Amino acid sequence: MDTVLFIIFAVVAIVCAFNLVLQKHPISSALSLIGVMGSLAVLYLLLGAEFIAMAQMIVYGGAVMVLFIFVIMLLNAGTEKPSSKSWFAQFAGLPLLLAFIAILGFLIRAALPEMRVVQFGSWVGGTAEHIGQLLFTQYLLPFEVISILILIAILGAVVLARKEID
Amino acid sequence: MSFYIISLIKIAIVFGVFMTTLAYLQWVERKVLAHIQSRTGPLRVGPHGLMQPMADVFKLLTKEDLLPPYVNRFFYLLAPFIAVSLALISISIIPFGPEVNIFGYHTFMQISDVNVGILFILAIGAVSVYGVALAGWSSNNKYSLLGGLRSSAQMISYELPFTLVIVSPLLLANHLSFRGIADAQAGYYLGFIPRWNIFQMPFPQIFAFIIFMIAGFAETNRVPFDLPEAENELVAGFHTEYSSMKFACFFMSEYANMITITCVATLLFLGAWHPLFPAPYSNWIAPLVFVVAALLCFSAAVQGARKRDRTTFPIFGLGFLVLAVVFAFPLFWQVTVPIFWFCAKVGFLLFTYIWVRGTLPRFRYDQLMHFAWTFLFPCALINLLLTAFCVAIF
Repeated sequence: MDTVLFIIFAVVAIVCAFNLVLQKHPISSALSLIGVMGSLAVLYLLLGAEFIAMAQMIVYGGAVMVLFIFVIMLLNAGTEKPSSKSWFAQFAGLPLLLAFIAILGFLIRAALPEMRVVQFGSWVGGTAEHIGQLLFTQYLLPFEVISILILIAILGAVVLARKEID
Repeated sequence: MSFYIISLIKIAIVFGVFMTTLAYLQWVERKVLAHIQSRTGPLRVGPHGLMQPMADVFKLLTKEDLLPPYVNRFFYLLAPFIAVSLALISISIIPFGPEVNIFGYHTFMQISDVNVGILFILAIGAVSVYGVALAGWSSNNKYSLLGGLRSSAQMISYELPFTLVIVSPLLLANHLSFRGIADAQAGYYLGFIPRWNIFQMPFPQIFAFIIFMIAGFAETNRVPFDLPEAENELVAGFHTEYSSMKFACFFMSEYANMITITCVATLLFLGAWHPLFPAPYSNWIAPLVFVVAALLCFSAAVQGARKRDRTTFPIFGLGFLVLAVVFAFPLFWQVTVPIFWFCAKVGFLLFTYIWVRGTLPRFRYDQLMHFAWTFLFPCALINLLLTAFCVAIF
C-alpha cells in the first residue's frame, strides 16, 4: 500500500516538475509547482513526518503559491514567447546539465557513505510534539535567529512599501 | 477487514447526512432570511417549500451546460472541481461524538482521526483559494478577474487572524487532534459550569471565539464580507461565467465550507459534543426540546393560517414526537446525546451565519482590508500573548 502510494505520488511530482519547465504559460507553471508541493507533502506523510507534511501544504502549497498566482493574475502575464537561444545554450546546455547531475550524485554518495533502505512507517519522530521539543532544545539558537531574520524581512517590506506610497 | 467495512458504513452515513444538510441549509437560509424580512420564502414546492432543494438540484442538473468560447478551457473546467472537492474533504476528519460501543465493536464517531487534525483543516483552507482564483482568472472576464483577486486577497488577509486565534484553544488543550481538543473540554467546574474553551479562564476565550467567527465569515466569503460576489459591483464575481452544474459546484462549496467552519468552531470553543448540563439532566434535554417542538406544531395546526397547515403541521408534530421517543431511550444515549449536542451547537452557529446575513450590510473593500490588518490581526495577537502568558504561569 505504502509503496503503491509512493510510486503514484513520486511519478506525479516528477511529471509536474517537468511540466513546470515545459509549460509556456506562467499560470500553468505555477499550478504544476503546486502539484509538486502537494505530492511532496504526501511523500513526507508516507515517511511519518505528518507535521512537516501539513506545514509544507500550508506554507508552500498555500501561502507562497497563492502569492505567485496572485501576482501573475494581477500583472495579467500572458504566454511567454520563446527567445532565440544563444549558441552557448544550444551546444553546451545538455552536456553541462549531465555533468552537473553527475557531480551532484557523486557528492551525495561521498557525503552519505552508509545509506540505509527507507522503510515506510518505521520512523516516529515526526509528530508535532517531537518537532516542538527539538526546536526549543537542540535547535533553539537557529530557531530564534530565523525568527529575527523573518522579523527583519517584514520590517524591510514595510519600509519599502511606505516609500512607494510617499 | 471489519475496519474497512465499518469505515465504509461511516463514510456512507456522513456523506448522506452532509449532502442532505447542504441541500436543506439553503432552504433554511431562504426561509430565515424571508422571515427576517417579513416574507414567507419558498412555499410552492411541497409543504412549506420543503421539496424546493430537490427542485433546485434537478433544475441545475438539467440546465444547459454553457462553455463560453473565450475562456481558458482547462482551468475553467478545473476550478469548480478544485473548489467542491476541497470543500467536501474537510468533513472527513471532524469527530461528531466520543468512542461508542456498537454490538461489542468499539469505534469513533468520526471517519478518520488525524493527529494533526487542525493543521489539516488549515492546509485545506490554504489550498482552497485556488478554486476561486482560477475561476476568476480563466473566465477571461474583468468582473470575474476582479472577484477572484478580491477573494484571494481577502482569504490571505483573514487567514492570519484565523490561524493566530486557533492557537489559543490549542494551548489550552495541548493537542492538535480534534479528538484530543474535544476530550480536554470534558467535565464541569463546581459541578455546573462546563469546561468549554469559551468559558476557560486566561482572559475568557469568548474573545477568541468572536475573532474566530469574524475571520470565519471572511474565509467563507459570507455577508458582510462577500465582496468577491458583490452583485451591485461585480455581477456575480468569480462565478459570473459559470452555469448549471459548474455553478452548483461553487454553490455547494460555499455551504460546505460554512458547515466545516461551524463544526471547527464547535470543536475548538464550544466543547464539541459535551453537553451544557451535567450528565443526568443533559440526557433529557433532547426529548424535552422535541416535545416542545411537537407541541408548537400542534398549536400552529389549530390556528393554521392556510388550509393546508391543518394537515401538514400535525404530521411534523408526530415526527417530532417520534424523535422525542427515540432520544428518550437510555439504550441509545451513547450515540444520541453527543450527536444531539453537537448538531445543536453547529445548528446554532449556522443560524447565526444566516442571521448576520439578514442583518448586516456589506463592507466596502478598503474597510474590509483595514479591518483585517489594523483591528482583527492585533486583537488576535494580543489574545494569543495573554493566553500563552496565562497558560505558562498557571
